[in-house]
Amino acid sequence: MIKLNSKNIRIFLIYFFIRRLRVKMAAHGSLLSVFKSINPRWNGPLGNSVKIFGTTFTNHRNKATLTPPPAKYGGRHTVTLIPGDGIGPELLSHVKEVFRFSCVPVDFEVVQVNSAMESEDDIMDAITAIRRNGVALKGNIETKHTLPPSVKSRNNVLRTTLDLYANVMHCQSLPGVQTRHKDIDIMIIRENTEGEYSSLEHESVPGVVECLKIITRNNSLRIADYAFRLAREKGRSRVTAVHKANIMKLGDGLFLQCCREVASGYPDITFDSMIVDNTTMQLVSKPQQFDVMVMPNLYGNVVSNVCAGLVGGPGLVPGANYGQDYAVFETATRNTGKSIAGKNIANPTAMLLASCMMLDHLKLYNYATLIRNAVLTTMNETRLHTADLGGQGTTLEVVQSVMRVIQSKGQLTAEF
Amino acid sequence: MAAGSAWRSLVSRRFPVSGSNRPFSELRWFRDSGCMVQDPTQFDVLVMPNLYGDILSDLCAGLIGGLGVTPSGNIGANGVAIFESVHGTAPDIAGMDMANPTALLLSAVMMLHHMGLHDHGKKIQTACFDTIRDKKVLTKDLGGNSKCSEFTADICRRIQDLD
Repeated sequence: MIKLNSKNIRIFLIYFFIRRLRVKMAAHGSLLSVFKSINPRWNGPLGNSVKIFGTTFTNHRNKATLTPPPAKYGGRHTVTLIPGDGIGPELLSHVKEVFRFSCVPVDFEVVQVNSAMESEDDIMDAITAIRRNGVALKGNIETKHTLPPSVKSRNNVLRTTLDLYANVMHCQSLPGVQTRHKDIDIMIIRENTEGEYSSLEHESVPGVVECLKIITRNNSLRIADYAFRLAREKGRSRVTAVHKANIMKLGDGLFLQCCREVASGYPDITFDSMIVDNTTMQLVSKPQQFDVMVMPNLYGNVVSNVCAGLVGGPGLVPGANYGQDYAVFETATRNTGKSIAGKNIANPTAMLLASCMMLDHLKLYNYATLIRNAVLTTMNETRLHTADLGGQGTTLEVVQSVMRVIQSKGQLTAEF
Repeated sequence: MAAGSAWRSLVSRRFPVSGSNRPFSELRWFRDSGCMVQDPTQFDVLVMPNLYGDILSDLCAGLIGGLGVTPSGNIGANGVAIFESVHGTAPDIAGMDMANPTALLLSAVMMLHHMGLHDHGKKIQTACFDTIRDKKVLTKDLGGNSKCSEFTADICRRIQDLD
């Protein structure tokens, strides 16, 4: 029987506030920490409990990753696969082959999206499948310019409908790839749902087109918070916000202000900002100065392509799109690669590494590490490179080399 | 984006490829920035809207050595033009005879070309490039120890030799 005295009332109020903040700690642990701090010093100032808030809130914000989806039947995950256009179908078929060979417990639900059609039925089917499975691996869907402007980019529709607000790309120099700059290790977090990609345009006077760039406080705070949480989780020390607030004072000014607000809650991480044109110049002259970068949509597009070029090209870097409930993995630079489709010369590295990111997301860490190490061994030690890296290897040869490395590790594999 | 497609149709309509030796091709500008980093030599002349130009021009300046050596010109209707360097005012080294005059000098060369004084422009440009290539009289930002006046004097000497 609990006595109704001032001490217990204080304990109850603090417990109530902790629950309201939705701290992800075991209820036992949070209550215990509250009792431990209050009981010995119940005459002390209330500031003691504020410290508890800070600690527990930080513990909650430490975790930037999402809970894997429930689409798991008989111990096997189901993942939506969207082949896309260009080199997407062939690269994803290689991914399926590597998964089959490595006995990865993932089944793919393939959803075709026809980019030549004006109706959005295909992409809506794909979105339904992703909602069902929670995770997707996709190739880029071409946006045909022959279609009327009212037909929106299918990739954009997918990202905005599923609210995949954070596009994350990790650019790292690979020792086996010859580049001008070495020791690059940059994480790029790009706002994925608004900005210049809001698809809000009109021609009020013939020959004069207005395109709206939307920046909202909510989304800016959200992406900044994601960036800082990820930086803390990965042990990074600096976050740079990229903007053009000297010209777009309201739009990018709001974004920058939101980043500063979030930064004040992470005193252990250095925050600075840089104008986007200076950023691209610094990237091509001294890219080692950057650690984590956060930026609105269009600048993210530019910076991610520049960084991919710095580490060896679009064939090497994987990307991920995270939302509150869903995650979609693809190559970082989202190229269709129409000119090299079907020629067996595309670099499968980016798509294979994206599939490893997906396996990490599904908490299949062993398989992710196995395939990732095999890909990096092929890239750095065997040095079997495709044409984009100046090599002579075909896509199939690279994939087979990856499978041979996997087989040499002694894990259970299927037949070649 | 519609703005993009309007821009595209305007450029291709006004300047049709009609058997001339100036092929017109378009490239998604984000891919352009990646290609620019990997192999900038594949590009010749690039035309683009304002924001993309801002970003890409600084990117290209970084590729060639920075804003200290990059000239620019702003051309308006009826031949009205302003040529300027794109670097800042550098108040920390103002008045110390330390600044690199290359950016402003090459902007002046662009101005001479714009005015039709091609011979003079070419002469000054050749002299400037030869001085930089020689590496004997370089300002501090290019890795040397010389003063701005010494750098300029060397260029003047080369122009005299060219005459």
